[in-house]
Amino acid sequence: MKEASGLKNISVLCLISFLMVMGLLVSCGQTDTDRTLLNVSYDPTRELYADINDAFALDWKNRTGQTVSIRQSHGGSGKQARAVIDGLAADVVTLALAYDIDALASKADLLPASWQQRLPHNSAPYVSTIVFLVRKGNPKGIKDWDDLVKPGIEVITPNPKTSGGARWNYLAAWGYALKKNNGDENAAREFIQALFANVPVLDSGARGSTTTFVQREIGDVLLGWENEAYLAINELGPDRLEIVNPSISILAEPPVAWVDRIVERHKSRDLAAAYLEFLYTETGQDIAARHFYRPRLETVAARYRDRFSDIQLFSIEEVFGSWKNAQKIHFDDGGIFDQIYEDSEALPDRS
Amino acid sequence: MGLRKKNVLPGFGLSLGYTVFYLSLVVLIPFAALFSRTAQMSFMEFWDTISSPRVVASFWLSLYTSLSAASLNAVMGLLVAWVLVRYHFPLKTLVDALVDLPFALPTAVAGISLTTLYSVNGPLGKHLARWGIEVAYTPLGIIVALTFIGLPFVVRTLQPVLEDLDVEIEEAAASLGASRMKSLLYVVFPNLLPALLTGFALSFARAFGEYGSVVFISGNMPMRTEICPLLIMTKLEQFDYIGATAIAVVMLLVSFMMLFTINLLGWWSRKRTSSAA
Repeated sequence: MKEASGLKNISVLCLISFLMVMGLLVSCGQTDTDRTLLNVSYDPTRELYADINDAFALDWKNRTGQTVSIRQSHGGSGKQARAVIDGLAADVVTLALAYDIDALASKADLLPASWQQRLPHNSAPYVSTIVFLVRKGNPKGIKDWDDLVKPGIEVITPNPKTSGGARWNYLAAWGYALKKNNGDENAAREFIQALFANVPVLDSGARGSTTTFVQREIGDVLLGWENEAYLAINELGPDRLEIVNPSISILAEPPVAWVDRIVERHKSRDLAAAYLEFLYTETGQDIAARHFYRPRLETVAARYRDRFSDIQLFSIEEVFGSWKNAQKIHFDDGGIFDQIYEDSEALPDRS
Repeated sequence: MGLRKKNVLPGFGLSLGYTVFYLSLVVLIPFAALFSRTAQMSFMEFWDTISSPRVVASFWLSLYTSLSAASLNAVMGLLVAWVLVRYHFPLKTLVDALVDLPFALPTAVAGISLTTLYSVNGPLGKHLARWGIEVAYTPLGIIVALTFIGLPFVVRTLQPVLEDLDVEIEEAAASLGASRMKSLLYVVFPNLLPALLTGFALSFARAFGEYGSVVFISGNMPMRTEICPLLIMTKLEQFDYIGATAIAVVMLLVSFMMLFTINLLGWWSRKRTSSAA
């Protein structure tokens, strides 16, 4: 078998050299004035960042003369974070929740744990909140959170275990119940339990829930981000759906960060930081507002006042301390969300 | 070295070397990585992870829906393969090509269209709902999706065997006085059994690990319609890589045991038919 293993070695060598040549080919083709940036983001920001990228490229060209091309990657927030942990070379991440960027720090040490203090407003340049989407004319008369736990109401929300967006929905409901019952955790838990007893389907992501609600016409109310509710209405018809604003909801802060280990390797820290700072400028804020994210800048907010109604908003830090805390208590295995389902007596049998 | 002498064909060493190398690269190394990750947890942790009520519920759900789908495919796939091989009819090539569609279609697309069809407001689900049968968002819906993706495995493994089957054997059986039913049962079927078992096993293995199409139609209700691969996803969503691999290892062992048993059965039945002949 000796000759055979010699030949095997040759074929291994061939394979390795082939791969190396391919790698070289891929990494070539960049000159000094052409710069690239990879922004790894979550699902519904596709159109937002398409506009931001154009505006930023123009701005950067005027300031430095360099041409910058920004590549985008979209997917579920948690999935995107795992891709970066596993080696996707993201210069910047713009995800749905701080917990996913925390994981980049804690699991792979890609950026310092204090990343959220580097940019203003908790590193969240634009915000949103959780609202209700109902069928045109609001046939079930849904006004506020209390209406969602009434018998006979079907609520559509994705599974908080698989969807970052669904975690915001859950936390918004919890925060409301806590405020209403003067901080009584047991009452909040009963409220959440009653709410999820009204949920017939838990899709794995926000887009899936929107399809269930709009296309399959299942359920009476869809919980979701304000910007996505607007998108759904624009895409699927204002004659079919309308938005109901609850009295209290959560301040959803989708954070942004540059990834230190990767920008060091790409020598792109200046570009990455400028890109994210651009989101806070008048132009960046205006683009965010046009895409139905609530801007932080007062001057821009004033311009879009009639678009965003006054909802009393509470932050994660106020009610839950931090994302890490909220995740641990509510969504980790054995957490409150699991308990309300594993406690099978508590759920009415639907079959 | 002794092996070399027996082979008349040249290139045994090279091709075997390449096979082993390729299988290691593509199959064994990823599996080894999976097991080594699980080895980071103590046995108690491992046991706690895989014996939690939700994980156990999902194991059973995945197991019985995959088995149901594979059984259904074994029966219906045999029929389809038989019709495609034995009869001639117009547009036969088109029908033959249709069988491969579940292979070609992205699973998410399959899941979404099946859910649209079978949800209570869908064109099919509407009528079924009138008889009190709900398909989408129930285990039945999962079986429908798994049957869809598994069908080609049975048909495509049976087709060549059926084509090779000598019609003369059947004629001989008939001339010796066997009824049509008898010759099907005692002459044709035993020859098909090994391939049928293989098709069943492939269909089962594919169904057991399927994620893309099922998450849309299952509804993902904890304890009721959460499949095993979804629980792996929920672990990953918590960045609990080790917990996820623990479930994966159990799934892998179940699949491997199933495939192994079925291969053994196939080997046994092949041996039986060849010794009888």
